[in-house]
Amino acid sequence: MTEILWLGRGGQGAFTAAKILGAAYALNPECHALAFPSFGPERRGAPVRAFTKLDYKSISDRSETEKADYIILLDETLYSAGLQNLLKPGGKILVNTKKADPEQFLAFDADSLAGQLKLPVVNTVMMGALAGISGIVSVENLHRAIDAYMPEKIREKNKSAVQKAAEEAAV
Amino acid sequence: MEKFLSGDEAFAEGIRLACPDVISAYPITPQTIVVEKLSEMVEDGSLDAEFIHVESEHSALSCAMGASAAGVRAFTATSSQGLLYMAECLYYASGGRFPIVMMNANRSTALPWNIYGDQRDSLSQLDSGWIQAYAENAQESLDLALMSYYIAEHKTVSTPFMVNLDGFILTHTYEQVDVPTPEQAGKFLPPYETENKLDPENPKNMAFSAGPDTNYIFKYKEHAAMFRAIPVIEEAERRFAEIFGRQYSGLIDAYLTEDADYILITLGSIAGLCREIAGQLRENGVKAGVLRIRYMRPFPAEALAKAVSSAKALAVLEKDISFGNEGTVFTNVNSALHGAGMTAPAYNFIGGLGGRNISHQDIIRIFETIQSGTAKRVNFIGIGEEENS
Repeated sequence: MTEILWLGRGGQGAFTAAKILGAAYALNPECHALAFPSFGPERRGAPVRAFTKLDYKSISDRSETEKADYIILLDETLYSAGLQNLLKPGGKILVNTKKADPEQFLAFDADSLAGQLKLPVVNTVMMGALAGISGIVSVENLHRAIDAYMPEKIREKNKSAVQKAAEEAAV
Repeated sequence: MEKFLSGDEAFAEGIRLACPDVISAYPITPQTIVVEKLSEMVEDGSLDAEFIHVESEHSALSCAMGASAAGVRAFTATSSQGLLYMAECLYYASGGRFPIVMMNANRSTALPWNIYGDQRDSLSQLDSGWIQAYAENAQESLDLALMSYYIAEHKTVSTPFMVNLDGFILTHTYEQVDVPTPEQAGKFLPPYETENKLDPENPKNMAFSAGPDTNYIFKYKEHAAMFRAIPVIEEAERRFAEIFGRQYSGLIDAYLTEDADYILITLGSIAGLCREIAGQLRENGVKAGVLRIRYMRPFPAEALAKAVSSAKALAVLEKDISFGNEGTVFTNVNSALHGAGMTAPAYNFIGGLGGRNISHQDIIRIFETIQSGTAKRVNFIGIGEEENS
């Protein structure tokens, strides 16, 4: 099972990213996904977590992820060295930041790309970056999931965000 | 058609397919988005129902009862304190034999205030005369939305039906769900027809008083109707499988219990993790099994005792505690085991209260302690030995 932990702040769309990623993965035949937010009331600006679990078989374990394959931070201020303990061996942390720290995490400047595309949040940018570094899901499937689960007027922008981020991150 | 939906959304899709005539709801916390989704469906015309916005949960169920008394299919939903506020009306609905379907998101009860998941809300209402089912995943939630009406409205049953979904773990988790077509649903669920209604052509007294001379007969009839639901549940599941291709297993869902030495009995969405751990234990030579209770009322006393008859020790894991005694599910299970003459030791594990995560390790430890016989009769997961006595 591949487990992704999303960290963001209320309003940044961490859960939307968790859900779109799950929906995209589940489009593959025989592939299953679960996506859920950190439970409870959410407040704008407060730290939030979201989870995506991906597997080749039906997923019956609904418990919170204890060790993740990928931890994605939509907001660099949420980074702390303790996050390393939440990784499986070989797991990776991907941070939206301009400050590279290759010892600790993979850096991706999602803010700049979102700015170019005039997107107010970076969730789909980071989703594309994850696809680029991991290959766990194709850009095509992410586009199909965006078409199915995002409001029509923001689809195209988010689809180009995914595409550009995936290309940039894969380099 | 396959969609990626939350338990709430899947349940709302199931209700749309069941075509209720009246939906009454109070949409404030701890209500879930089920009724919000349904209000959108009514608004966009994809569900032809009267959506009645009321001022409290007490009124929500009263209103559904009024609709049912007019002879139409009614739906409402609630959760936690909302269910408790409804409690008076629960008994009216069951005593009046109104086959209303209600979705309850299992959430903790105050104080301390907490809207996370546990099952103390619905388990406190086991005696209210409602059929109670507990779903494990979003697909089962949708399917129960359809089957609940078939069972509740069956002429031999005429009993309201509460479908329980674990708060957050099921209501807010997204997964793949097969959403059937309206044609399939129409083939499965007949229109609601009843004589238990206000009818100017055939005037009768409804919701009347009954003194000591006859009251007990009404209560006995409610009790008997609940048992008559058992074959109707089987019938509904058989017909459901024919049309939708998914077969359910009646009041219980047994996993590797046939030859099991150690069986964990539980209900709701935690069952999946329990099965996974039981599977791992089997690989290490421990004969573990899991029994999921799908229906708390009617209670599967016979089926349960039969399914766990090989066990050397049993655990009952539940998100509930009856203060001063033990978990209510445990009490019910023990009564069934005693009735069947079983003497294997049974232990109660209270977990997940107020939404606390139940981890892999927690489940492994349950199996370990019932195997070694070191468990107490009632064990609180996460609370140390010294505090547990």
